[in-house]
Amino acid sequence: MVKEIERAGIPVVHIATVVPISKTVGANRIIPAIAIPHPLGDPNLAKQKQKEIRKELVLKALEALQTPIDSQTVF
Amino acid sequence: MGNYRVVHYLNQFFGQIGGEEKANISLRVLDKPVGPGNAFNNALGESTEIVSTIICGDSFFNEHKDEVQAEIKEVLQDIKPDLVIAGPAFNAGRYGMACGGVAEVASGLDIPVISGIYPENPGYDMYKQFAYFVETSNSAAGMRTALPDMVNLVKNYIEKDGDLGLPEKEGYLPRGIRRNTFVENRGSKRAVDMLIAKLNDKDFKTEYPMPDFDRVDPVEELKDIENATIALVTSGGIVPKGNPDHIESSSASKYGKYSIEDIYEMDKLTHETAHGGYDPVYANEDPNCVLPVDVLRDLENEGKIGKLHKYYYSTVGNGTSVANAKAYAKKIAKDLLEDGVQAVILTST
Repeated sequence: MVKEIERAGIPVVHIATVVPISKTVGANRIIPAIAIPHPLGDPNLAKQKQKEIRKELVLKALEALQTPIDSQTVF
Repeated sequence: MGNYRVVHYLNQFFGQIGGEEKANISLRVLDKPVGPGNAFNNALGESTEIVSTIICGDSFFNEHKDEVQAEIKEVLQDIKPDLVIAGPAFNAGRYGMACGGVAEVASGLDIPVISGIYPENPGYDMYKQFAYFVETSNSAAGMRTALPDMVNLVKNYIEKDGDLGLPEKEGYLPRGIRRNTFVENRGSKRAVDMLIAKLNDKDFKTEYPMPDFDRVDPVEELKDIENATIALVTSGGIVPKGNPDHIESSSASKYGKYSIEDIYEMDKLTHETAHGGYDPVYANEDPNCVLPVDVLRDLENEGKIGKLHKYYYSTVGNGTSVANAKAYAKKIAKDLLEDGVQAVILTST
């Protein structure tokens, strides 16, 4: 899916836990996530703390979108 | 007692420990065949025996790959099997990656591995050189044919003392390995024969299929993010409560487009996951941990991004065929372009 969106000319960042799969499917901008069932949260933490971590990941994703790259990059 | 000793690798489901709620269990070893291992053991005959079964949760394996691989190495060094059977994994992505990961370790110890996989499973492409993968169907319903196919390959492997012939002849998927071989005609003649066949619209078979490099070059970076519209897309199956479009929990035949206008965070009362390939407890409790609407709203309010697009798109990436995923994303991208979206955050579970 990432590849087709990128093919259409839209920059896309992939937030995914299993980075090797993300690479195989051809994502170019990759953000490693927390865990498979909760990529952007950690149920062991309090709600507010979870949101802080989520924000960090999303900010990292936005950073990746604004970074020029010429090949697959894990941020 | 058999004299050909086999170790079998299974995930938590086929290892009869549990479903997705057990996908995070760590590695364990039992000194007997388990689940499909019993059928393998019977079909393999008396001289071959599954002496141990390694079981690990699919999520645990993929989230702790190095650690699990180190443990598997120790187990294999300890048991010293003649062969490892992994799976079959069908089109289960994490399971396929795990079977491949096992094969990588075993291969490093010179232990042959026979597994079964659907060719679109990412585990095949990633680990094909480390195992002999029998082609299976995309779901566990194909166990009935996968099992005898794998047994045949194991038997052949043993009979030929590891000297298997070409993939299509022996019934395994190409491993991307080239070996020297003697043929009747020299290369120039074979090439001309092929060309003549091609010119006459007749069937011909290349001796070296070109690898499928379907890569898309990175698009230029996003500029002026403070004024950009950013959309969320997910393969994690987040849908409005009740799953109004009935997106399937696996092998999804569709995607959904849902409005998040006036929604400031994902709430368990209004949204849930339709995904059947991971433990849904966390996503159902707090869908923001798959689809981060809450923080994107905050960033929108802080002026860090222009706007969060008013729709998000969702499908279930669980055994979904590559062709379908491609088609969905193509339509989604077209939609997004028409709506003037400048960048996408795609989340996967």
